[in-house]
Amino acid sequence: MQADADMRKKAENALGKRADYGEDFNLDEYGAGTTDVRYEQKLTDLTEEDKKTLLNVGFTPGEENRSGSLIMVDNTITHTSLHDNDAVELMSLRDAIKVHSWVKDYIWKLVKPDADKYTAMSYLQDANGYFIRAPAGKKSKMPVQTCLLIGSKQVSQTVHNIIIVEEGAELEVITGCSTKHGVEKGLHLGISEMYVKKGATLNFTMIHNWADQIGVRPRTVVHLEEGAKYISNYVTLKPVRSIQSYPTVILDGKGAFTRLNTIAVAHPGSELDLGSRVIFNAEDTSAEMISRTITTGGISIARGEMIGNANGAKGHLECHGLVLSDKGTQRAIPILEANVQNIELSHEAAVGRIAREQIEYLMARGLTEEDAIGMIVRGFLDVGIQGIPDELRADIDETIAKIGENAI
Amino acid sequence: MLEINNLTVEVGGRRVLKGVDLKVDAGYTNVLFGPNGAGKSVLLMTLMGFSGYNVISGEIIFKGEDITRLSVSQRAQMGMGIMTQRPPNLSGVRLHDLLKVISKDPKETEELAESIDMARFFERDVNVGFSGGEIKRSELLQLSAQNPDFLLLDEPESGVDLASIELLGNTINTLLNRDCKCPGDRCRHGKSALVITHTGQVLDYIETDRAYILCNGTVMCSGNPREMLSEIKEQGYEECIKCKLMQI
Repeated sequence: MQADADMRKKAENALGKRADYGEDFNLDEYGAGTTDVRYEQKLTDLTEEDKKTLLNVGFTPGEENRSGSLIMVDNTITHTSLHDNDAVELMSLRDAIKVHSWVKDYIWKLVKPDADKYTAMSYLQDANGYFIRAPAGKKSKMPVQTCLLIGSKQVSQTVHNIIIVEEGAELEVITGCSTKHGVEKGLHLGISEMYVKKGATLNFTMIHNWADQIGVRPRTVVHLEEGAKYISNYVTLKPVRSIQSYPTVILDGKGAFTRLNTIAVAHPGSELDLGSRVIFNAEDTSAEMISRTITTGGISIARGEMIGNANGAKGHLECHGLVLSDKGTQRAIPILEANVQNIELSHEAAVGRIAREQIEYLMARGLTEEDAIGMIVRGFLDVGIQGIPDELRADIDETIAKIGENAI
Repeated sequence: MLEINNLTVEVGGRRVLKGVDLKVDAGYTNVLFGPNGAGKSVLLMTLMGFSGYNVISGEIIFKGEDITRLSVSQRAQMGMGIMTQRPPNLSGVRLHDLLKVISKDPKETEELAESIDMARFFERDVNVGFSGGEIKRSELLQLSAQNPDFLLLDEPESGVDLASIELLGNTINTLLNRDCKCPGDRCRHGKSALVITHTGQVLDYIETDRAYILCNGTVMCSGNPREMLSEIKEQGYEECIKCKLMQI
């Protein structure tokens, strides 16, 4: 227990430690998220407003085509349901610790509690979150859906999620992050540690829909064993005050592969500092990183980093940023590092406006300028994300249409 | 249908068209001949209203209305359509999605796509990785879907292999004439077009009414398309320029 006490002390000392990037939030301004929110037995009993909030981040309250659902409001798990008990385990992290004695071996192993003030706060609050596990060889046909909601004003929500995909298993997770109607200011601090074991696949989609004054500081590390695959889609198209994240994927087993897609819109007043790091630690590992960002007046920073430590590693990084306003900023920062000889890492970065020639090509087909821009923007953001419910698709279309109108 | 009066156009600060006069009557298909760099493509791009083609003087009258200052969309909505030589890549915009938006008769578009072997390109991004011939077929398919009254075709046969020219030529002919039964009917109900051709190959498949020769940004001559083509093949454009100089 001495180790725990030492770590606690380190975390306490890290409470004042600024993160490397992004606006520095004063944690004292935010109260701890409540752990006392009413449990929802049935999602069908939710209010229409709450249902809409969920739908807009890819969470279907009707649970059509979902193998399980979990909702967390502030710091309380308010709903858990599971329809595919054979292929998926889903519960709160607290419950998982009670059910499986070994779960502690997966907690705070990839993310360090004293990395910065946000991880420290999550550690010291002993944050709860979701635990999702696909047992060895099991392949659920439908995704698990989870939603992390900030339900009260001026609170910091601390979340700790663990995902384990055992050998040869396949798992798909959709996580929506949002605020309840009327909540404008808040902080979301999220620790996610994901383990994709030998020959397993994890497909992870995260959709953000925050409010104007929300600060978001996710801290994610994903560990891949031999032949494992991790596909991530990170979507944030709505206004938010600040998101700063730099998820790291460690390719630790031979032949492991990851694809990281990010699509983001920085609205006026928003700062999106979105990075991704892949560390190639084993032979013949490969990675593709695609970042498509738009600024309509906010700041978008796309950091992409690939660190090659093993022979046969191959990676390609693509950062494309569209500037649709004179007031916005697009910064693309690709970093490639080779530490052994037999490595192929490349990048392609471009920032700028939509080519006039493309807009006019569509206008010559009879489209208005707004519709032409909308069509190009939709194409720009389309990186082939699967499993998005129709309602969210419609919401995305509406957001894009507005971008088209405002871009002229 | 279209009347161009004394049109002078600058591109990148350089005067490319100088006092061009040209006319295309309703139902007529007129041809534009001329050496490389004469300004033929610039004329078509200017008619469509693309930016970078600055009209210094003169006017473009389309369907009786002065469209010189109208936007590209407005011209397209009035019934003008274009097939350019080098269309831009539209990453992320699938051909099928574009056709859905512009198609006046979706069923007919699907059928045409099948007949010109473009249906297998539906899920591809528009023009991305298309070969020269595929671009032409894609452009034609889009134009057919759009179904404009007046077509601007910039070297429709260039970059197309010999075996495919017949398919392309016949498709253009269908697009221009639809259900016209006779030459008189074509003049009354057919579409109008202005076609640029270097080789004249496309003239084997479509009926044309009048040809214009453009050299150094100026119309040198006009007349019967076939006669003019054979004259150009024999004498070259040098003779046209000399002839024009003699008139002055």
